[in-house]
This record gives sequence, structure tokens and C-alpha cells, in this order.
Amino acid sequence: MTRFVTGRELGLMVCTRCRATVRAAVRATEPVSYGCPRCGARVHSRKPESLATTAALLATAALLYIPANLLPVMQTRSFMDIEDDTILSGVLTLIQEGEWPLALLVFVASIVVPLLKIVALGWLLLSLHRGWRGHVHAKSKLFRLVEYIGRWSMLDVFAISLLVALVQIRSLATIHVGLGALAFGAVVVLTMLAAQSFDERLIWDAETHG
Amino acid sequence: MADPPGSLPDDLPHAVPDPPRRKRLPFVWILPVLVILITAAVVIQQRLAQGPTIDIYFESADGIEVDKTKIRYKDVDIGDVIDVHVAKDRKQVVITARIHNDASSYLVADTRFWAVRPRFAGGNISGLGTLVNGVYISVDVGRSNVERRTFQGLEVPPIVTSDLPGREFVLHADDIGSLTVGSGVFYRHIVAGQVVAYSLNPGGNGVTIKVFIDKPYDDFVTSATRFWQASGIDMSIDSDGVKLRTESLSSILEGGISFQALPGAQPPGAPANPPPAPVDSIFTLFIDRERAMRPPDTEVRSFVMYFKGSLRGLSVGAPVDLRGITIGEVKSLSVEYDRDGGDLRFPVQVDIFPQRIRGRNRRDHSQGSDEASETAGRALLDSLVAHGMRAELKTGSLLTGQKFVALDFHTEVPPDHVGWNAEPPVFPTTTTGGLDEIQDSVGSIAKKLDKVPFDQMTARLMTTMATLDETLKKADSLIGQFDGTIAPQINATLTEAQGALKNAKDALGQNAPLQTDLSSTLLELSRAAKSVSALVDYLDRHPESLLRGKPKDPP
Repeated sequence: MTRFVTGRELGLMVCTRCRATVRAAVRATEPVSYGCPRCGARVHSRKPESLATTAALLATAALLYIPANLLPVMQTRSFMDIEDDTILSGVLTLIQEGEWPLALLVFVASIVVPLLKIVALGWLLLSLHRGWRGHVHAKSKLFRLVEYIGRWSMLDVFAISLLVALVQIRSLATIHVGLGALAFGAVVVLTMLAAQSFDERLIWDAETHG
Repeated sequence: MADPPGSLPDDLPHAVPDPPRRKRLPFVWILPVLVILITAAVVIQQRLAQGPTIDIYFESADGIEVDKTKIRYKDVDIGDVIDVHVAKDRKQVVITARIHNDASSYLVADTRFWAVRPRFAGGNISGLGTLVNGVYISVDVGRSNVERRTFQGLEVPPIVTSDLPGREFVLHADDIGSLTVGSGVFYRHIVAGQVVAYSLNPGGNGVTIKVFIDKPYDDFVTSATRFWQASGIDMSIDSDGVKLRTESLSSILEGGISFQALPGAQPPGAPANPPPAPVDSIFTLFIDRERAMRPPDTEVRSFVMYFKGSLRGLSVGAPVDLRGITIGEVKSLSVEYDRDGGDLRFPVQVDIFPQRIRGRNRRDHSQGSDEASETAGRALLDSLVAHGMRAELKTGSLLTGQKFVALDFHTEVPPDHVGWNAEPPVFPTTTTGGLDEIQDSVGSIAKKLDKVPFDQMTARLMTTMATLDETLKKADSLIGQFDGTIAPQINATLTEAQGALKNAKDALGQNAPLQTDLSSTLLELSRAAKSVSALVDYLDRHPESLLRGKPKDPP
């Protein structure tokens, strides 16, 4: 097996701002901070507090995932009545109307993907925290997938914002954004931030160090 | 500085050591805490605002949907239906609703709930909005202080809500007529209230009607107020003719009640306006205005009258009339079999109100004991009957043929008496004059006419006519002859006569020759007469001259 060398092992760091490569010996025991000699920004060998930040964001997202699915995301006020729709009820309505592909799309984008992201990131965090070995490539691929699909989860939010803007026929029907939509948007944003704050290199570090 | 790949340049700059900062909890951990706090706050607030749940019993849950149907007070949402299920006894449905916390004080003992659906009652259409918006449950908040959580829902919306100013009164009637809940109550034709409810009396012998009189008008309801049915068009045909009386158009459609104070009912010395009647006072609902406005008849004497002839035209309620004054009314008409006579009799039971006869000045006397007044009344009636008072049927109106019972004094009637032995007493009757008599006479005339042999008479008449015809023909030919022969002769005769008359005229005319001749003739005649006279004189004096002749004149 080929031995891969990281900058940290060579005592090198790259400034995240100006990309200057600097020399800095890192001793794991004493936490010393370094500044970039060129631009003055802080330099780290790894994202600071990556796991903790990711965990916090992920926890928040997981908490918000519950109201996002329970609270109505959309309130349709027609002259007949007031109808509250959660994400799941919207999917069910689509199924009842025979719009299978659309229902599947909304289901995957709005329910499966955020859940998948939360579960995947959670599992990655847990595995790093516990120092589980193996499946490094799978873990890496999983993380990239999470990072990639993050932006597509906003489909529902886009759909709702379009409807709210378009359907404002005063007396006949108006559509209002529900509290669920807010929570859902927060879930998506938080999972994206969590993915961003996660330092992918830690996956490989764990493999080599452990 | 071209370093070969794979090796590091030696002059790489060293990172500047930065003093380590105080280790602190990462800022991001605020986020989940915040979310938990907000969620907790929202949940607690919802719990607090949730308010109590109530059960409302209805006959049916038509149109009521879980989570959709609202509870509304004055069109403001105060709760939601959270469950609908059939009651355990399967007679009703139970609607469970969660009332908002701020409306929990509305849930008192006399609060009423009803489902608002589209209704078409009388002239009013209500709840049209629920056609599209769906049914909702409306609330009328009561005034009680007793809290309550289980309610019996109303099937019909209450007419009067508790915040409407006015008072309720209770009316007793024999039947409901065309009244219904929501029928108007009128005071001098002004809509003053509504019928709120009605129910059959427990015994089934009448109805009890609840009316609500709105604020300014309820003061007019006093102990002297009379209520009567103003339902629709009141058309009555009685012995006074045809009467048509209506209230407003809406009362024609859905009936109504009128009320007014009885004129002159308050005793003298009482204030002009008696105090308003208290809430839920009980009144009698009269059939019509006339009955309502009648002075109260507390004393009633029943009599039975047996009339000869048909009772057609006599109806229950027809007046008993004493020389134009109504003193009673016909109570019932029936048929009975008279065993003794082996005949059918037609008893007419009448109610006489003696107070109407007594008049005002007798009022004081009537305060004696009942028995005394009873015997006095009998004595009075006996003497009246002895003086010839009889009852008879009279036709009140030729147009309608309605009859009434007339009491009057008749001189040429056989003596009779009141049959006090029977119960009710039998009052003697008679039949004189009237349309019936005329009818009878006409009938007998018709019978007599029937007996006349019109057929034979006709035959004879025919022959007579034929003879007459012949005679006339002869006369005609006679006249023809006359025309042909006699007439010309007459004509000629007449011409001749005319000529003769003309001649006569000529002869007798002033200058006619005849006249002249006659004149001279008469002159001659006169002279002749003179001569004769002279002769007669001479002969008188000289009679001898007849023999000797006239002597010679002396020389």
C-alpha cells in the first residue's frame, strides 16, 4: 500500500486565505496557534473544531427536521376553506392525483435527502469520534455525495416560494408560507453548513493515525 | 527558485506563532440550544392557549368536519372541532371542540350552540355563506356564572340571542295556526318581535307559544294586553258579510301575532299606562282580533234550542243576537234522536253571556250570592219568555246565507216556557218571517203551480191560437175588400160632400147671392107683414068692408 504523506506530517500548513505554504511543526500535545507570515490570517493544519461545529450544526438540523415535517409548510386559503399542507401531505396529495413522478421527486428531495444527509454526516462524525477504521473510500464518497446533493434539497422551498408569489388571487385563493417551510429551509442550510465545516481530511487522518 | 518536484525548498517561511486564545465553547452550540428553547416555548404557549375541550350533542353531524369546522362567536373563530363521533346511546352525535383559552369564559350553563347551515325559512335566507365555506358552529354566550363543558346543541338557530334587548312572553292557544318560529309579532302593524318557540302542551290540549318582544315595544305589553293571531289573510264569512283582514305582507306569508291593549280595560282610577307585564307573563292567544278585543265574559249560561227547519247556514260561533246586540254565540250543532217523539232533533247549544245583558248599572247587584243571582236570572228569563221572547233563526246576510240566532219578542206565539229541567235548559223557539218563511211560501206557490195542467192548457191554447189565426185571416180579406170597393166609394162620397159643403159655404157667405136674395125677401116679407097688419087694423075697424067693400073716401 502506497504511503501517502500529508502536509501536516511534513510540518507544513497552507494559509486558507492567501494560500501561502508555511512551515509549522505541530505537536499534538500543546495547542499552539499560528498566523500566516504573509497575510496575517490564522493558519491551521486542519479546520479548527471541525467535528464539534459539524456536530452542533447537525444536531440543530436534526432537531429542526421534526417541525419541518410536522408543521405545515404551506397554507392554502381558498374561498372554500383553509388547507394546511405539510411536506408529507403534499406528497400524498400528489400521489392521489396520480402525479407519481412528481410525488417521488418531492419525496426524495424534501424528505429522503435531508434525512440521508443528517444520517450520513452523523455516521461520519460518530465513526471519527469513535475511531472506527475501514471503508475509508466509502466514507469519502459518502461525504462527497452529501456535499453534492445538498443544494438540491431546496426544491420544495423553491416550489413554495413560487406558489406564494403566483397564487395571490385575493378572494379565491391565497397561499401563505407555513412555519414548517422555515424549519425546512433551516434544515437544508444547516446541513450544508455542517457539510462545509466538516474537514474531509479527518477521515484519512483517522485511517493513518489510528 | 526552481525546485525539483518532490523536494521542499528550505527557505519556506515559518508560521508566526499566535498566542493561544482562551478555549471556549464553540459558538455554533448556541444553535441547537436556541432551537430547543424556541420549540419548548412554542409548545408551552400552544398548551396554554389551547383552552378547554367541550362536547356538544347534535342530532346529526351534517357538514361538520374534524379540524375544519370552526366554533364561532359573532363570526370570530373561538375554537375548532377536533372530533366527531356517535354518542354511546346512538341517538345523537358528539362533537368535541377545543375552545381557545381566551374564550373559555363563554362556556357557561346557558350558552347555546347550533350549526349554521343554509336555511330558507319564511322570507329569510340565512347561512348562504356556508354553502361555499362549509358549516360552522355558532355560539350564543349565556349569562350564567356556572361553568359547563357538555352542551346540547340546538337543531334550529335561536331567533333571539341573549344580547338582544327585550322580553319573552308566553302565549296559550288552541292551535298554532300558520305560526312558525320566526313569525312576526306586530304592534299596530309594526314588527315588534318574533315567535321564538312553540310546543304542544303536555296534555295535547293546546299549544304554548313563546314570543320575544323587542326592546321599545315590550313596555306596551301590560296586563291589559291581548294577543291574537294575525296569521295570513283572515277571511271570515259570517252573518255580517265577508270580512277580509290582513297584517303585513310577511305575516301573510308566514303568519304572525298582533297585540294591543284592550281599550278601556283598566279600572277607573288606575294609571293611564298600566305597568309592563313581567317577563314570561302568560297570555291567551285569541283566534282573531274581534275575539281578542271582546270584554271578558266570565259568566256563561248555556241553553239548548230546537229549531224547526234546516240549520244550514248556522255555524259554530254564530252570534246570538238580541235586537242587534250580540249577547252570546252558538257553541255546537248536533243531531239527536228523540225517543219519545221517534224523531230526529237538532239541538243548537248556545252560550249566553249574561253580563252583556245586565249592563253597567246592574254590575253592583250582581255581587250578591251566586244562588240569588241564579234564581233572579231565572225569574227574569221566565218573565221575558212569558212576554213572548223566542229564539229564531235569521239570515244575517243574503249574500252568504249565514244565519244567526235572534232573540226577540213575538206577540202571536203560543205560550211557552224555558225548560229548566233539562241540562242545559231548553229555550223556546219560533219561526216567523224571515227568509225561511219567504222560501217556504215560494215553495208552496211552486207546488201549486206544479198542479196546474199546463199540458192541456197548452193544447187548448194551440187550438185557440189556430182559430184566432183564421179569424184574423178573414178579417184581413174583409179589410182587403173594403180597400178595393168601399174605399173609392167613400172617397167619391167625400168629394161630393166636400162640394156640397162648399156650396153651402158659398150660399151662406156674406156676399153670397142667396144672402142678398134672402135679405130682400125678408124685407119684402116685412113689408107684406106691415100690409097685413094694416089690413087687419082696417078690418078691425071696418069689418063691413069685407062685405060692402071699402067706402069711398068722403069727399
